[in-house]
Amino acid sequence: MSDRLVQALRREFGETILATDDHCQDLHVRVAADRLPAVLGYLKTREDCTLLGDVIGIDYPERAQRFEVVYYLRSLSLPRQVWVQVGVAEGEAVPSATGLFRSADWHEREVYDLFGVPFANHPDLRRILCHHEFEGHALRKDYPIEQGQELGEPEKLYSDRDIARAAHRASLARNPAGAGDEIHATDLLTVNLGPSHPAMHGCLRAEVLLDGETIVDARAEIGYLHRCFEKEAEDHTWAQVMPYTDRLNYCSPLLNNVIYALAVEKLLEIEVPPRCKAIRVIVSELSRIIDHLVCVGTNLVDMGALTMYWYTFNVREAMYEIIEHLCGSRLTTNYARIGGLSHDLYPGFEAEVRAKLAMLDEAVTEVVKLAARNRIFLDRTLGIGAISRDDAVSHGFTGPCLRACGVAYDARKLHPHLDYQEYDFDVPTGEDGDTHSRIMVRFAEMIQSKRIIEQALRRLPAGPVNVDDPRVVLPPKEKVYGSIEGVMNQFKLIYEGIRVPAGTAYGFGEGGNGELGFYCVADGSGRPYRMKVRPPCFPVFGAYPRIIRGGMISDAIATLGSLNIIAGELDR
Amino acid sequence: MNIIQHVANLLIRSVFHADPASWPWTWLVQAVVIGIAAFLAFAFVAIFAGPVSWIERRIAGRIQSRIGPNRVGPQGVLQWLADGVKCWLKEDLVPAAADRPLFLAAPYLVFTGMFGAFVVLPFGAQVVAADLNVGILYLLAITSLVVVGLLMAGWGSNSKWALFGGVRSAAQLVSYEVPSAFSLLCVVLLAGTLSTQGIVAAQGGWPWDWFIFRNPFMFAAFFLYFTAAIAEGNRTPFDLPEAESEIVAGYNIEYSGMRFLFFLFAEWANIWIMAAISAFAFLGGWQIPGIAPEQIAATKGWEFVGWQALSWTIFLVKATFLVFVVIQIRWTLPRLRVDQLMITCWKYLVPLSMLMVLGVLVLLALVPEGGGADTILRGAMVGLGLAVVLVSALRVRRTFRVDREHYREMEGRDLWYPPYRLP
Repeated sequence: MSDRLVQALRREFGETILATDDHCQDLHVRVAADRLPAVLGYLKTREDCTLLGDVIGIDYPERAQRFEVVYYLRSLSLPRQVWVQVGVAEGEAVPSATGLFRSADWHEREVYDLFGVPFANHPDLRRILCHHEFEGHALRKDYPIEQGQELGEPEKLYSDRDIARAAHRASLARNPAGAGDEIHATDLLTVNLGPSHPAMHGCLRAEVLLDGETIVDARAEIGYLHRCFEKEAEDHTWAQVMPYTDRLNYCSPLLNNVIYALAVEKLLEIEVPPRCKAIRVIVSELSRIIDHLVCVGTNLVDMGALTMYWYTFNVREAMYEIIEHLCGSRLTTNYARIGGLSHDLYPGFEAEVRAKLAMLDEAVTEVVKLAARNRIFLDRTLGIGAISRDDAVSHGFTGPCLRACGVAYDARKLHPHLDYQEYDFDVPTGEDGDTHSRIMVRFAEMIQSKRIIEQALRRLPAGPVNVDDPRVVLPPKEKVYGSIEGVMNQFKLIYEGIRVPAGTAYGFGEGGNGELGFYCVADGSGRPYRMKVRPPCFPVFGAYPRIIRGGMISDAIATLGSLNIIAGELDR
Repeated sequence: MNIIQHVANLLIRSVFHADPASWPWTWLVQAVVIGIAAFLAFAFVAIFAGPVSWIERRIAGRIQSRIGPNRVGPQGVLQWLADGVKCWLKEDLVPAAADRPLFLAAPYLVFTGMFGAFVVLPFGAQVVAADLNVGILYLLAITSLVVVGLLMAGWGSNSKWALFGGVRSAAQLVSYEVPSAFSLLCVVLLAGTLSTQGIVAAQGGWPWDWFIFRNPFMFAAFFLYFTAAIAEGNRTPFDLPEAESEIVAGYNIEYSGMRFLFFLFAEWANIWIMAAISAFAFLGGWQIPGIAPEQIAATKGWEFVGWQALSWTIFLVKATFLVFVVIQIRWTLPRLRVDQLMITCWKYLVPLSMLMVLGVLVLLALVPEGGGADTILRGAMVGLGLAVVLVSALRVRRTFRVDREHYREMEGRDLWYPPYRLP
């Protein structure tokens, strides 16, 4: 597959393809910076790589071309992923891909913000995660990790000129034949939705221009929960990063644990034992159910239906009891380990899971019964916050939000990790890409997850949960206390970290909100050289201002709930 | 003579059977009587709004499979007192940028609008603060005062969210006044009077004497009025002015302590008022089956008190049942959007309520009261009402049965009361 792709690219672009590499089966293509848009365009139109998943920056201070910018493209129907790399020196610009992919907008802003790499022809090149007064670029290797900065002034997202322009555009939209002055800039009310707004789950901010209660224009700002996960990861050993992943998507921490472990195992080229795989599947799907329950429940609260929230949260609470019993904590689970799991299941786990899954059915039926034929619910969700299939792909949507638009992309089907190919489950899709589809897709997915868990429980093989490899897994306590090898293993693993061979790998899976991936660059030491998370909500929230334009405040709130933006993952 | 003196005279005449004009210091007597009446009504409102808040929270807990307040007093019945004391002790915060006089006055205006309505509510055969001959008009007018208060709160807070809440509530209340007034007009047409006691007297104790079962148009008018009244009371699904997830609690966002409580107070008392209006205008009010109001008036001593108490109880039971329905609706439905709210009112409720007025007029002209056609109509409507009640009762019975089985599975014993918590 990758050979054919490389040949096709070489045929098309000849010498401008500088190098190719498919370490760990991830195809990396290095191109000259000026040919980047052409290569991306070719991959998009000719090779079906329609989704720009991420733009990754890497800093190599010792190289002449100090920065490497990597564009991650993927196909939504074929198991095909390509990473296109360009190298640029300090101050050199990379041609922007915003003309090809809408998702490039925010991804490139992130690279600009954290590395200071400028992008030519980018429409709105501003900082995104860091504060607008921040000096320096946080992910450069020469930015000291302990250096803090005091910043206070909040950013104004709209200047008077922007407001005037938005008013003009809205006037034209209302009356295309008119002179564009039906709505005056002074008629528009600027309102901050968030960061401290009850429906802005956590700390998202959208500044909206309102004509009455209709949203004429909107801009989103993120970064209120930015806590430098990626910088922290470079300062910790591979194993120490695991607890940090809990805090990414705090609605489904187990999924983050598992997918991070998958990424590092891919670099190490080890495979975990079958029992570990099955357990990972069970906890992942439990997390997915919890994630969806939270999303659907809070979404209904946003629409004023408080009661359905309790019906979903009761089940979530029951499932959290399992997780609490299993991990000792509810949110900071830290359960997976590189090469296995922290510990095996507790006795009675299967029976408890079965009992709590029975509650799920009841809750889902009850909430669907309350909502599905409720005129008010339908009026509030049908056709509201809709995004077309093409727009969703261009914005880099994955997960339930993309499936609600009718694209059946699910990483579990297309790239079966954890032996997902052996499980029998469906990928539910919607049609309209509106709030209603998103909610219903989540309901259907909960039922599918339940099916997967039941199958996994039935097959749950006996055996160890960790790989038998002293370079990766900590030795048992008896060995540490009883033998010199054990002490040394323990010492090496704790103080130096797991030695991950130099290379690059992208480990990913289907998270609660879509494709969650960890792009890991290892340099052979015990710590990651660069760790880039691909949070599924990042591109989704990038599209949020576009989706809510033209709707009302209430629609904006209902839409946000159905998109399920998790600030912990969005801002990292 | 102003309206307050007039009300005072009415009160004195009805209670003391003497003309205050014949007494010395007439204005002083009037002031004292008004003061006492206001205090009694105020205490009544307080005592009603409080427990309604507790009932609402317990019912909400029951519906949402959680417990609700159960710590202060037996089963938490004193929770509202604790909340009141707490709010009283809180700091009364006024934002620096607020329009101070407006901000401070708004809760009182809202409260006055709600409180004033109690003046004409007919609680029992002889129990009404003032039986004004413009009772219904007065009710519509005084409850509209709430809008002014909410707008003042919204504007005075100098917060965009509060302003949204204020404007939303103004638009909503003014719009829904129309269908509710038209529905009440149907009642006035049948009763031939605006006086609230007169309306009750025009009905009877038995269901077929109630206005709701008089004819199909009245049946529909009741539901139209009920819907519009929920909207006027800012209750879910029409609670847009205080939609906490959209506009961050709306007009009351900047309020704290007792002033904040006044808004909630007004809201809970309002539920009760709208339920009471529905009860006396459509459901026969305090009328005791089989006893004519004149017979009660003719009795003396303890017998008189007994009949009064019975009539009072009947009225309270009817109104409280409607309060329960309002609460149940609140915890079942999601919220409408602003434009959908306006569409519901102007496109559906207003034309329909006009149609009901027309229909009642036509039937008044065509079907003479007491005739054969009238009896058939009433019979059919009562049958319809019975069917509705029966279906609901069966559903409730089924739910109870399911609950009991759940409870038995969970606790291993039988249940004596609807359970506080479901698995």
